[in-house]
Amino acid sequence: MWRYTLKRLLQGLVTVWFIATATFFAMHNVPGDPLSGERASTPEIRANLEARYGLDQPLSTQYVIYLENFIKGDFGISYTQRNRQVNDIIREHFPVSATLGILAVMFAALGGVLFGALTALYRNRLPDTIIMFMVILGISVPSFVFAALGQLMLVNINDWLGFSIMPVAGWGTVSHMIMPALVLGMGTMAYLTRLMRSSMLEIINSDYVRTAKAKGLPPERIFAKHQLRNAIMPVITVLGPAIAAITTGGFVVELVFAIPGLGRYFVQAVQQLDYTVIMGTTVFYGAFLVFMVILVDLLYGWIDPRVRLQ
Amino acid sequence: MRSPINSNEGFNRSASRQLALYAIGAVLAFILLMLGLNFAASLTSTSTGGVAGAVDVENNEITAYLRQDPPELSTMGAADSVSGIVLGHVMEGLLRYDEYGQIVAGLAERWEIEGDTATFWIRDNARWSNGEPITAHDFEFAWKNTLAPATASQYAFILYSIKNAAAANNGDVPVDEVGVRALDDKTLEVTLEQPIAYFQKMVAFYTFSPVNEAFFESTNGRFGAEAESLLYSGPFMMTSWVHGASLRIEKNPYYWDQSRVKLDAINFAYVTDDTNTLLNLFKDGRIVQVDLTAEMLEGAMQQRWVLNRFMDGSVFFIDFNHREGRVTANKNLRKALVLAQDNNELVNSVIKLPGYLPAKSIFPVWMQGAERTLHEEYPPPEAPLNIALAKEYLEKAKQELGLAQIPPIVLLADTSPVATISSQYYQETFKKNLGLDIVIDQQIFRQRLAKMETGEFDIVLAGWGPDYNDPLTFGDYYASWNLNNRGHYRNERLDELVRIGQNSLDTEERMAAFGEIQQILFDESVLIGNYERGYVYATDPRVKGIIRRVIGAETDYTNAYIDVEAQ
Repeated sequence: MWRYTLKRLLQGLVTVWFIATATFFAMHNVPGDPLSGERASTPEIRANLEARYGLDQPLSTQYVIYLENFIKGDFGISYTQRNRQVNDIIREHFPVSATLGILAVMFAALGGVLFGALTALYRNRLPDTIIMFMVILGISVPSFVFAALGQLMLVNINDWLGFSIMPVAGWGTVSHMIMPALVLGMGTMAYLTRLMRSSMLEIINSDYVRTAKAKGLPPERIFAKHQLRNAIMPVITVLGPAIAAITTGGFVVELVFAIPGLGRYFVQAVQQLDYTVIMGTTVFYGAFLVFMVILVDLLYGWIDPRVRLQ
Repeated sequence: MRSPINSNEGFNRSASRQLALYAIGAVLAFILLMLGLNFAASLTSTSTGGVAGAVDVENNEITAYLRQDPPELSTMGAADSVSGIVLGHVMEGLLRYDEYGQIVAGLAERWEIEGDTATFWIRDNARWSNGEPITAHDFEFAWKNTLAPATASQYAFILYSIKNAAAANNGDVPVDEVGVRALDDKTLEVTLEQPIAYFQKMVAFYTFSPVNEAFFESTNGRFGAEAESLLYSGPFMMTSWVHGASLRIEKNPYYWDQSRVKLDAINFAYVTDDTNTLLNLFKDGRIVQVDLTAEMLEGAMQQRWVLNRFMDGSVFFIDFNHREGRVTANKNLRKALVLAQDNNELVNSVIKLPGYLPAKSIFPVWMQGAERTLHEEYPPPEAPLNIALAKEYLEKAKQELGLAQIPPIVLLADTSPVATISSQYYQETFKKNLGLDIVIDQQIFRQRLAKMETGEFDIVLAGWGPDYNDPLTFGDYYASWNLNNRGHYRNERLDELVRIGQNSLDTEERMAAFGEIQQILFDESVLIGNYERGYVYATDPRVKGIIRRVIGAETDYTNAYIDVEAQ
């Protein structure tokens, strides 16, 4: 088990190094640079700026310096927000994205299991048809549409009630989080519902459920102990990657709801060619994803010994 | 004995009961989670204005938004309009623009500009937000530090009219030799490279604000990074800044002109540039003002909102590549392109955004001339759509270039929605009217600039905004030495006229020079005017006195007040 863990961790490190290197060279090969602005700088002002950020060095030297700082855990100073450390940006804004992401995943998991179980119980009947229709909507409609609609709905509800039941955008209290988390979790919830449904149906026809029925167990006991518990396993497996994907993929929702999450900085940095922020956020997100995948693998190996033995 | 179907129904019923229990459990778990998160949120955010309404009569506060987190709040490095909005409230320099756009005394109670020397006398009651007096030394330090090569300020060039400023910024002379000196605590003497007519207009720009040296040193290189790492000289001071989330400014008790400030605080509680989100916030009564897009206009009129419009001052135009070997270096081809399009159509039928005006010249319509606006004194020459004439010029161009067919013309543009539809309009129009093929090359903003720099384009959708309230800020765009003239247009007569604009102290002579520049640009078909950018915006009827302006803080709440009677 320890060997397996160590091997996975080393693989993860190589992956992160590869992400960092590939991003570094890809970014520097894009035409333009973070120092250019609408107002052209004189060669002297430009030289001052390049010296300040070390862009006057050859690319290979920059790469070495970058790797050294990266190992020390220092991502440098942002180009567009000139007094801010990239580390500060990640430290201040990742918790926001993570809070929103975790809430969205909780919502998705609870809803997914509930609706998945319902559709399996009422297979091919009205509740099943309605829910599966919603699921297809949830999977195919992009989150910015849900975000816009959700926000509009809140405006109308507030207007109709005459007082504010929930703020339409912003960040700070729990009431700010509910709508964005619902919107952000929608796609995952739809996916989990489908997963739950198929795994429930598989189990309803399984031998041990039939045995349980045959030996006269009360139905609620069969449902809770045998069906639900077994069917929920695949759902738990996909939760790890889902948390990573939701936490890193929420930038549209963050933009629409004016949430100060890291996703916005990530996207803005690419648009602005803000080298240090691009590097910092990409490596951070990359490492986070890799870590979550490793964690799930290890947990899975722990739950299911067959995986470990292979 | 149950039939199998009945048994299944019974099973479903009890399973549903289970599910209902499970759902209740889920909801309870959710509520618990919420409480936990509420606690977590209080750790990651200190925003208090988030749930307040747009107008708080009791505390005499209003709530507004920012398009993005201010990138730089050190006046020595700031170079963008969002930072400009915040700085316009919390910082004041020697002079400032009043609500009519005229220069008035700021921290200087009087000033004298004679020849190449400008002297400013600072008010006795000018104080920093910590109560310490603002002295002439603070200005000397700020300006010299902006010019120091190590500061690497992008806006250092705006100080270049001061003696030795450019040389110091290039590292040729020490910053001590820059012509700005505190004669005593309250008197600042500035020596200019040469007498200039518009120096006082530039002094109102935020780069000319004071910075206290002792305080600057005490921040250890983090000057301007947080609300606490700045001292404020303006009517407001920043009391909280949660990056990317909110920013709060409160009345500065040490500001010299307390009568000007009527609000106790302004919350910039939302940071987003999503137009629909902002509209929703306005509808929900969360923010005092919102910009409207074309689709929103009808709804806004039905709601009987208070609507106003304003021009943000920038002019957008097609710039040609005049480098050798480019077909657009040919004057007749440029003339053909100018005559084959109609920017009225572009603005009114394609862009359709309220507040936009067709650009008639590089000088915008609001620009002041000697007595009236420059456009009134020197009406811009116009070339209305004339396809037949355009085709004649195109034939001449083909002969001169020795080409049977003009090769596809590369149109460089960035990725904004307006740039996208504008480039499509020109592609369609030039194809239809002249049979020319246009290849659209869309790049993100910085890549567009990089390609303009290296000349990888034939025509480009470019734009320019003013730095100070003088026609020169537009007039020198095509000067041969101007680095922003990325199409490399060269004209000796135009260079001479720009020199007159820079050096002459005679307003009439200067305006005549700008009038002639406008004529040359027309005769030589140096640009195709697209539009002057404008906005239509809605304001909460309870708030009065908000100013939108071209120069300085684009949105200015300094004079705003809550009208309790209005509904």
